[in-house]
Amino acid sequence: MIVASDLGKRYPGGFEALAGVSFTIEAGRMVFITGHSGAGKTTLIKLVASIERPTAGSLVVNGQNLAALRRSVIPYVRRHIGMVFQDQKLLFDRNALDNVLLPLQITGLGRRESVRRAQAALDKVGLLARAKAMPVALSGGEQQRLAIARAVVNRPALLVADEPTGNLDADSADEVLELFAEFNRVGVTVILATHEPRRIERYRPQLLVLDHGRLAA
Amino acid sequence: MTAWLHQHRAALGRALRRLLQTPFVTLLSLLVIGIALTLPATGYVLLSGLGEVSRNVSGSPQISVFMAVDASRKEVAEIEGRLRRAAPDAWRFVPKEDALKRLQASEGMAEIVAALPRNPLPDAFVVEPANAAPEALEVLRKELAGWPKVAHVQLDSAWVKRLDAFLRLGRLALWVLAGIFSVGLVAATFNIIRLQVMAQAAEIEVARMIGATDAFIRRPFYYYGTLQGALGGLLGAAFAAGIVALLRGPAGELAALYGGSFALPGPDGGVVAALAGAGALLGWIGARLSVGLSLRRID
Ligand SMILES: Nc1ncnc2c1ncn2[C@@H]1O[C@H](COP(=O)(O)OP(=O)(O)O)[C@@H](O)[C@H]1O
Ligand SMILES: [Mg+2]
Repeated sequence: MIVASDLGKRYPGGFEALAGVSFTIEAGRMVFITGHSGAGKTTLIKLVASIERPTAGSLVVNGQNLAALRRSVIPYVRRHIGMVFQDQKLLFDRNALDNVLLPLQITGLGRRESVRRAQAALDKVGLLARAKAMPVALSGGEQQRLAIARAVVNRPALLVADEPTGNLDADSADEVLELFAEFNRVGVTVILATHEPRRIERYRPQLLVLDHGRLAA
Repeated sequence: MTAWLHQHRAALGRALRRLLQTPFVTLLSLLVIGIALTLPATGYVLLSGLGEVSRNVSGSPQISVFMAVDASRKEVAEIEGRLRRAAPDAWRFVPKEDALKRLQASEGMAEIVAALPRNPLPDAFVVEPANAAPEALEVLRKELAGWPKVAHVQLDSAWVKRLDAFLRLGRLALWVLAGIFSVGLVAATFNIIRLQVMAQAAEIEVARMIGATDAFIRRPFYYYGTLQGALGGLLGAAFAAGIVALLRGPAGELAALYGGSFALPGPDGGVVAALAGAGALLGWIGARLSVGLSLRRID
């Protein structure tokens, strides 16, 4: 469960990207954060993934208030959240499998078990056959699915993604959305930010609509 | 505990892989570090070889006491008595007849000696004092020179004293040199690691955002710097061994000219280990400084 109360984020320059945001997300929901460009979607996603810190209010994820975390525990909180970045942040100097192995190296899992799990994650997103491919050799949709495999390889209960269909053609976008829905079906809480909410009604999602850093009703 | 061990093993593995992934860069870095350590290492090996010589020689310094040519038997006996009473470690009497005979035996001298109207050589004593310290020898030399009918006292270890002073200067220079090269090694490592951090900025950024601790990110660089330093140290030891081997022939010939024998020893196991250890320590220091500063820039 995720509970935001009067959540705010003011960036170092003084710009207030989020203010007075309150909501509750039950575990196992599929959630879309929508709103115009610059509304604060990315900021909210980053707060949930504990990549940025709230500057006002509280944000409780898995029973922990992310607004009051000690710096030293932040890495461990991040490991329990699967994050798909808007620009994917794939590492282009290593193949698909090695990209997916990174989170497991960070948690310190043994090599053999890590490879087994990374292969399972690649299989889940339909990329097992491309395990040895370098990211540049993958299509846009495949790169996005690779980023998803890396996000889920640690089996997080919460998966967040920033504009995961942003640069994809309609078919690839549908594939990627369906992939998130599959994870949601097996109990993973999924939060997606998107500025073009197309064909999402079928997932009967919870909608968080942002407007200039505030939650629209 | 096993998790901790596992993490260190993984970091070591990552560092090794990074070293092997860019063999050419690694080789160049090792050369830089190895060469930086070669000069102090060679200096150390040479100086300790020479120190060995000076210790061996100064272990049995001799003082030659020459009587006046016109000293009578009685006067010589007087000195002999004094020496016995002063009870130095050991001494022996070299009568002038013996000295002449020895001179005659030398090549080309026989005729010259035969042509002499009378023996021009004095009686002499060769003293081997118990206390070989340069200061004690000097005191003894002054005392002997003051005895009656003693014409000249020769301290055979004067050159040892000179060698000793030279060695002391050499050691000082060596430490200064080692200090300078150590700073150079730290600086070189600093730069190499900084480039590494920059080359891996993308990985570091992602790793951080998905839950890597600072330790996870830093550790491979520490291992990298330490390994690189240790390997550079071994390379430096190999260079030093090569240089000493080259010098061994000429040094032996030089020693032979002075009627001695002098086998220059190469760097022993202790020296090799010390070089690898020093390289590792300096590499680690360079990596620490570099990672601390470079990561702050990426943050
Ligand atoms: N690091 C930052 N520093 C200062 N301002 C920022 C930063 N990131 C985002 N902003 C500002 O915050 C507002 C919301 O940004 P963002 O959360 O990226 O919106 P969205 O993802 O909905 O387009 C924008 O006006 C943006 O310029
Ligand atoms: Mg955005």
